Amino acid sequence: MRPRLREIDRPLAGVVVALAAYGLAALYSAGQTDVPTFVTTIWHKQLIWLAVGAIAAFLMFGLSPRLLEWATPYAYAIAVLVLLLTLAVGTGGGTAASSKSWITLGGLRLGQPAELAKLAVILMLARWLAERREPPATLRDLVYPSIIVGVPFALVVLQPDLGSAIVFIAILFAMLYWAGTKASLLLLFGSPAIGLALAFSTAAWGAWIILLFALLLWWRPYVWEGLSVMLANIVMGIVAVPFWRRLAPYQQNRLLAFLNPEVDPRATGWHVIQSKIAIGSGGFLGKGFTQGPQKRLAFLPAQHTDFIFPVVGEELGFLGVVIALALFAVLTLMLLRIARRATDAFSSLCVFGIAGMLFTHIVENVGMTVNLLPITGIPLPFFSYGGSFLLACSLAVGIALRVAWDSRQSGYAEL
Amino acid sequence: MSSFHPHLLDRRLRVARAVVWLVIGVFVVVFFRTQILEHGKYRLQSELNRLRPIPLPAPRGLIMDRNGKVLAENVPGYTVSLLPGDEDSLRATLRRLAPLVKLDSAELTRVLLRHSRAPYLPVTVLTNAKFELVSALQERRVIFPGLLIQPEPKRHYPDSSLVAHLIGYVGEVTEAERGQRRFTGVRLGGVVGKDGLERQYDDSLRGADGMRFVEVSALGRVVREAGAASTLLPVAGQPLRTTIDLDLQRYVAQIFPAGQRGALLALNPNTGEILALYSSPGFDPNAFVGGIDPGAWRRLNESESHPLFDRSIQARYPPGSTWKLAVAAIALKRGLVTFRSHMPIPCRGGLQYGTRFFRCWSAQGHGDLALADAIAQSCDVYFYQLGLKIGLSSLLEEANRIGFHTRTGVDLPGEITPEFPAGTEYYDRAYGPRRWTSAVTLNLAIGQGENAQTLVNMVRFYQMLASDGRARAPFLVHPASNTDVTLGLSPDQLAGLRQAMISVVERGTARGAGRFGGTITIAGKTGTAQNPHGPAHGWFIAFAPADKPEIVAGAIIEFAREGPFVAPLVTRVIGHYLGVDTTIASHMRIVLPTDTAPRPMPILPGLPTEDTTVTDTSHADTTRTDTTGATPTPRNR
Repeated sequence: MRPRLREIDRPLAGVVVALAAYGLAALYSAGQTDVPTFVTTIWHKQLIWLAVGAIAAFLMFGLSPRLLEWATPYAYAIAVLVLLLTLAVGTGGGTAASSKSWITLGGLRLGQPAELAKLAVILMLARWLAERREPPATLRDLVYPSIIVGVPFALVVLQPDLGSAIVFIAILFAMLYWAGTKASLLLLFGSPAIGLALAFSTAAWGAWIILLFALLLWWRPYVWEGLSVMLANIVMGIVAVPFWRRLAPYQQNRLLAFLNPEVDPRATGWHVIQSKIAIGSGGFLGKGFTQGPQKRLAFLPAQHTDFIFPVVGEELGFLGVVIALALFAVLTLMLLRIARRATDAFSSLCVFGIAGMLFTHIVENVGMTVNLLPITGIPLPFFSYGGSFLLACSLAVGIALRVAWDSRQSGYAEL
Repeated sequence: MSSFHPHLLDRRLRVARAVVWLVIGVFVVVFFRTQILEHGKYRLQSELNRLRPIPLPAPRGLIMDRNGKVLAENVPGYTVSLLPGDEDSLRATLRRLAPLVKLDSAELTRVLLRHSRAPYLPVTVLTNAKFELVSALQERRVIFPGLLIQPEPKRHYPDSSLVAHLIGYVGEVTEAERGQRRFTGVRLGGVVGKDGLERQYDDSLRGADGMRFVEVSALGRVVREAGAASTLLPVAGQPLRTTIDLDLQRYVAQIFPAGQRGALLALNPNTGEILALYSSPGFDPNAFVGGIDPGAWRRLNESESHPLFDRSIQARYPPGSTWKLAVAAIALKRGLVTFRSHMPIPCRGGLQYGTRFFRCWSAQGHGDLALADAIAQSCDVYFYQLGLKIGLSSLLEEANRIGFHTRTGVDLPGEITPEFPAGTEYYDRAYGPRRWTSAVTLNLAIGQGENAQTLVNMVRFYQMLASDGRARAPFLVHPASNTDVTLGLSPDQLAGLRQAMISVVERGTARGAGRFGGTITIAGKTGTAQNPHGPAHGWFIAFAPADKPEIVAGAIIEFAREGPFVAPLVTRVIGHYLGVDTTIASHMRIVLPTDTAPRPMPILPGLPTEDTTVTDTSHADTTRTDTTGATPTPRNR
């Protein structure tokens, strides 16, 4: 039985359409600067991408999860291959001109494969976790999912695209959690990252090692697990400084600027300072749609992609921000509900992974505009201009709509 | 599929929802803080971000002569500046500008230095830009973000070098000057008076700069004049009316012997108003407007003739015979002599005093003279004895009282104090107690010795003679607080001194129309200052009409050989002022004594004549720029 359009999950479709409309309006406004640039008419292109996305979502809506599950390994393999290809022949773009994030064919920039690879990773993880009857219980059980995420993660890190890499990690943890992995195991699994983050202060790192030791004694995992977790944390403490040195200067600067934007207000801190000025000067009701002076005078960097949210903050004020955040919250909660009601583990995991991916994008993007999180340069779903990411979001929404339809067909209508 | 049991899923769903709500809640709180609580701060930053202040320079006040003729005015000029941005983009823009504006690397460095001092103000690249350059830049302004060309009033001196020392000049305020109290409130890069009246009355001439705001984009391009922010209009400086008679000043410049170094000062003896003040050589004050070219500056400073130096107030010369009247006035005031008094020893070409022979300028001798004749003949022997009669301490005391040791307080910057002993302790300090003799009195009595006066100070002394005996501080705009210094002479005594001076000049007759029926009587005194570096400096100070003086004028000309050389210049100036037809001024016959002072006598007994310390001050003391050289060794002529 093929799903029909009028049987679509109205709440999800409604919130997505609302977000897309809001986002398009913001993008239109972002182009209304005193000195016109290419951004002025970019909303035309975004409109075309939205149409493409609608078609893609509709196609996914018609695609059975079983077929999707079957096709998953191929999709994953293709994604990894394309990422490898990107690394070999990729080009930079926009503010990160020296990175290799784009596939370019004859001068035409086709897209950023990393965005679609996120979806492939979600599918692959969902397939693997669904095939297991039991949730991962030991670190050894986490090896395979780690490889699934690790390969594209490594390829993306090498581009380098730190923002997307963080999304991969978030997806991994979100889906492991949804599959029923115990929180303590996830903590042990993630502990080396904490060890790395704390390694910059010897005291903090020492305290963490002691705490970890106590937790290991309490949880009593396998001896080899405990030893390897401990070892990994100690190694992190050792490699932290060389690792820091290996980071590209702009990555170091972003982290430093996060801690104190005023260190270098003209260069590294510029983005954060200008973004906060735009948001803060908006006040409660904002300066009026398309009227924001920070945006008009091009003080906002990348105002059509990574920093589109300050345009909303400046022109529509706190009210506009709260509306946008509410729409994002509703979108995420809708996806969570669909994941809960899904008829099978694969579908459920897929939708939860999608929710995790979108939410990570939202948190990271909005968080960096108010200096709550370091700048990583990832797009805001349905707002930022960008074909690949919009396509990935549309495909994801299509999958979620199909899962919602399936669960409704099996009698999970109004529970 | 136990891990996907609905019960377990519900538990995880609750945690996931809680995470979502928590994160969104944190965001709402953070945005509330940023947009509502800190709104004011960020709105201000947003304004600062996009509004750039641009100073609107105030036009300086006009400077006019006593009849309202303009000495210093403002003409439209163009200033090229760049709106501030970060230093790299500024450098890049400057590099692109350099071929058009013709900036060399030194100037580029200066521009960047200016930027680093005031990073939020437009940085001036070029003041005083030519119109062709301005239009060339306007055509290409697309490639120069932040280029700002604004009309700016520019100082102009129509009579240029003629009034240079009087008016001074203007220039960009320096870092050091900005620290001074008189220049507080001057913005960086502002224009202030550097010398002359421009400096003296800078406070009122300067006015107050205005400010306007432009809205700029992140790249520093001017997007529009900001309508929202109010423009602060500049307040023009106060006009300055001076006592100068521009017509007379021009005449002085015209007849001042070309190529000669010296100065001429004319004032109204009854008020102290300066009518003309001229120092030669001059310079072009217009060259300083908008920054003087370093080469020209070096030439001005290294020139042997020191054109920047105002010789009327900044140079000291031994007064020579012009000072004899001071000795006469002091003796008269003390009641030691009358005009008919004779001295015990008649002039035989010199005076034997102790073991030394002090010569008179006239080797033949003047014979037995009364005071009036002694002044007319400028007899040194008479004045040697008069000096001894007054006594050194009385002479010094009276001379100090009259003001030979103090500045006149003329309202021009840089007036120097005359060199004159404040008392006999001066000699104790200079030579040691009891190591000097009354011979110093003899030197002093004829205007030699430790005595070097500025032209303005000498002219003020003659002003006292020309008026009722009271000193009036010479001034150009406002008189200095008046002192009650008087000569202390009776009207008869003053008249007698004038009469003696008339005999000096004899009769200057000038034919032609004039208020005095074509004839004026000029009273004056010549002087010749010994100069160890060459020909002597010549003095002449005179006033007219002698019975009721309206003008007193004095001149010093360096290396003029003798005072009489200077006299025609001064008399012609006086004649011009009094309306005598000066086209036939050469008809004015002036017979003057050639009273070249004898070389100064050594004071220290037993020391060789080439004693350096004794006559240290007997040459023009122009140590400030050292006009006459550094070695103060007197030489026999």
